[in-house]
Amino acid sequence: MSWTRKLLRVNLTAGTVTEEALNMNWANDYLGQRGLATRYLVEEMDPAADALSPENKLIMATGPLTGTSASTGGRYSVICKSPLTNAIACSNSGGFFGAELKFAGWDMVIFEGKAASPMYLSIENDKATLLPANDLWGKSVWEADKIMRTKHQDPQARIACVGRSAEEGCLYAAVVNDLHRAAGRSGVGTVMASKNLKAVIVRGTLGLGGIHDPKAFAETTKAGKAVLAENAVTGQGLPAYGTQVLMNVINEVGALPTRNMREVQFEGAANVSAEAMAEPRKSDGKPNLTTNGACYSCTIACGRISTVDRTHFSVKDKPEYWINSGGLEYEAAWALGPDTGVDDIDALTYVNFLCNEDGLDPISFGSTVAAAMELFETGAISTAQTDGVELKFGSAEALCWAAEVTAKGEGFGKDLGLGSKRLCEKYGQPQFSMTVKGQEFPAYDPRGIQGIGLAYATSNRGACHLRGYTIASEILGIPEKTDPLESAGKAGLVKAFQDATAAVDSAGLCVFTTFAWGMDDIAPQVDAACEGNWSTEKMMEVGERIWNLEREFNAKAGITGADDTLPDRLLSLPANVGPAAGKVNELDKMLPEYYSARGWNADGSVSAETHQKFGLPG
Amino acid sequence: MQKSLHIDPGKCTGCLQCESACSLENEGLFNPSKSRVKVFTFHDEGRFVPYTCTQCDEAWCMQACPVDAIVINAETGSKDVLEDVCVGCKVCTIACPFGTINYNTDSGKVTKCDLCGGDPACVDACPTDAITYVDANATGLDKMRAWASKTDNAS
Repeated sequence: MSWTRKLLRVNLTAGTVTEEALNMNWANDYLGQRGLATRYLVEEMDPAADALSPENKLIMATGPLTGTSASTGGRYSVICKSPLTNAIACSNSGGFFGAELKFAGWDMVIFEGKAASPMYLSIENDKATLLPANDLWGKSVWEADKIMRTKHQDPQARIACVGRSAEEGCLYAAVVNDLHRAAGRSGVGTVMASKNLKAVIVRGTLGLGGIHDPKAFAETTKAGKAVLAENAVTGQGLPAYGTQVLMNVINEVGALPTRNMREVQFEGAANVSAEAMAEPRKSDGKPNLTTNGACYSCTIACGRISTVDRTHFSVKDKPEYWINSGGLEYEAAWALGPDTGVDDIDALTYVNFLCNEDGLDPISFGSTVAAAMELFETGAISTAQTDGVELKFGSAEALCWAAEVTAKGEGFGKDLGLGSKRLCEKYGQPQFSMTVKGQEFPAYDPRGIQGIGLAYATSNRGACHLRGYTIASEILGIPEKTDPLESAGKAGLVKAFQDATAAVDSAGLCVFTTFAWGMDDIAPQVDAACEGNWSTEKMMEVGERIWNLEREFNAKAGITGADDTLPDRLLSLPANVGPAAGKVNELDKMLPEYYSARGWNADGSVSAETHQKFGLPG
Repeated sequence: MQKSLHIDPGKCTGCLQCESACSLENEGLFNPSKSRVKVFTFHDEGRFVPYTCTQCDEAWCMQACPVDAIVINAETGSKDVLEDVCVGCKVCTIACPFGTINYNTDSGKVTKCDLCGGDPACVDACPTDAITYVDANATGLDKMRAWASKTDNAS
């Protein structure tokens, strides 16, 4: 069965913790994790409720393969309504926390209400207790982690925690687990902090059994691992270079958004690339990258473990940062680097450490800084707002300062914590915000890569690459190459990626497997683990059902087809250089075709037929 | 030919596939907390180190056992715990200098690596060859080869 068939309901208002049976009818329709938690959220809360009110719920959810030996079977997601987008938030994280939750006997934890004072949840197998967190409040994730470990005297416990940014109301605060893995996007950490919930510490020694067909599971997971090992991307590229392998590639195709997406190629890209991370530095002869690290059960191991040069201005007087920790992944490196015009790899690594330490989504943070730099350049803000700091494109000092004040919610850091949309609105220049539905863009310019523009515009959680990673096809040729500059045919491609990703997430697997795995590789693993018939067709159907359910949540939250758009800069300001020079994103051509492929009405609403076809609630 | 587990921490990514496989083989569950091989993560140093029983010849655990519940497996050379003889006194856990024999509260017995009878599940599961099962007389072969490749015969 692979599900533990139990969930933990934590009512923070009442201070109660209760066990509940998992709704297996829903599990059959929505699989687990992202899909199943969304089904619970739709059932239990009004999508129109204020995301930061006690009416919002926050769900930590695993998938049926989380905790198994299937490669990458260690993922969990945090699901709630987002304060950044007012849409559904579903942020996926690796590390070891999700698997531990499963070993403690829980498929998911639902938090509801709001505690009167700061609390944290301790889970030891079937014993779950709410404990006071007054001493943890006001502490960074890294500090709180230490305090909890000392208190619980358990080095093997796993911790998910929010930082000071979340406590201070930064709208894109993450939930950080295992010190440097994060449910990063859409402000799920902000929601957690709004409930006065600082952390969850979990220790599971019960283990996970009940694999439906153990022999088939052993065979299919072994075959799956062989496919990953033999694939050039998952077997060689990602372990050696991490996602940062993309920096030079995307720059070359002219789709590396630069200086708040005004330009599409960055002259300093090579300085902040994977290759640069492997270069020995002058001060101590060591490279930025120490080694690669894996999340639970992952046989790819794309994670970067890095150090900052001890002689760098950012850390030379701060020995607490002379450590190894989570290093630069591509999206973070892009947002902190090319998008702000900074090509100082040590500054980027330091800021990445701060993002992990205090739970900032580095994509939203970097993009917001980029917008602030454009505001500064045009005079909409000045040193009067920035405490005297010259917030200029390309300034590593300004970037480091911005991270420090945003992490703690101090001074101008409060403004930066609003995110790019609200910041630009506040200073009267909304056109500088590179966002969809209020969420900042990731690292691919939709002028040079047409399909990803449609994926951004229609993503259920606002601009995001992980809701439909068409880069795989448009740039890397997976599963087949499509022309990045061509918008024709991208509607079907985006839909296929969106549906497949929803199913992969809901299984508890990592989407990076899909560089090598098709649904024909994934479905047999799910089918062997779970009761029921989990064919490729069923997985795709479940993915599409989830997509439609999320869309309906958003509709009830007041989001319409009019929000499926891109900033004017990408629709009317052509790319300046490179292969995409002269191109804008052709969203207007792709969107009607996409709605039609989805079986939606012309205004982007889910049609009655499609609603009925997938048996959606309400 | 007798074989032994050989660990190369430099190759470990900390994925815990070995712990998962060990617990499945020996406990029938995915349960790293009951694994006989443990991977230690030294976060600040950026290192992952798998660790398990090295099957000492003069095994302290075996010497200390008051009921002769730990015996030598003639085929593999592993020191195996006879569950029906073990009384759960835990003296072996004190005697072992390396901490690689541990008490299991569920069974009331001690557990340790038994090389899975000659086909170690952790080795099969390790995606990076950080744990291998090699000729016990030449566990240093890979290291020798690595250094040999750096030796310049021409000069």
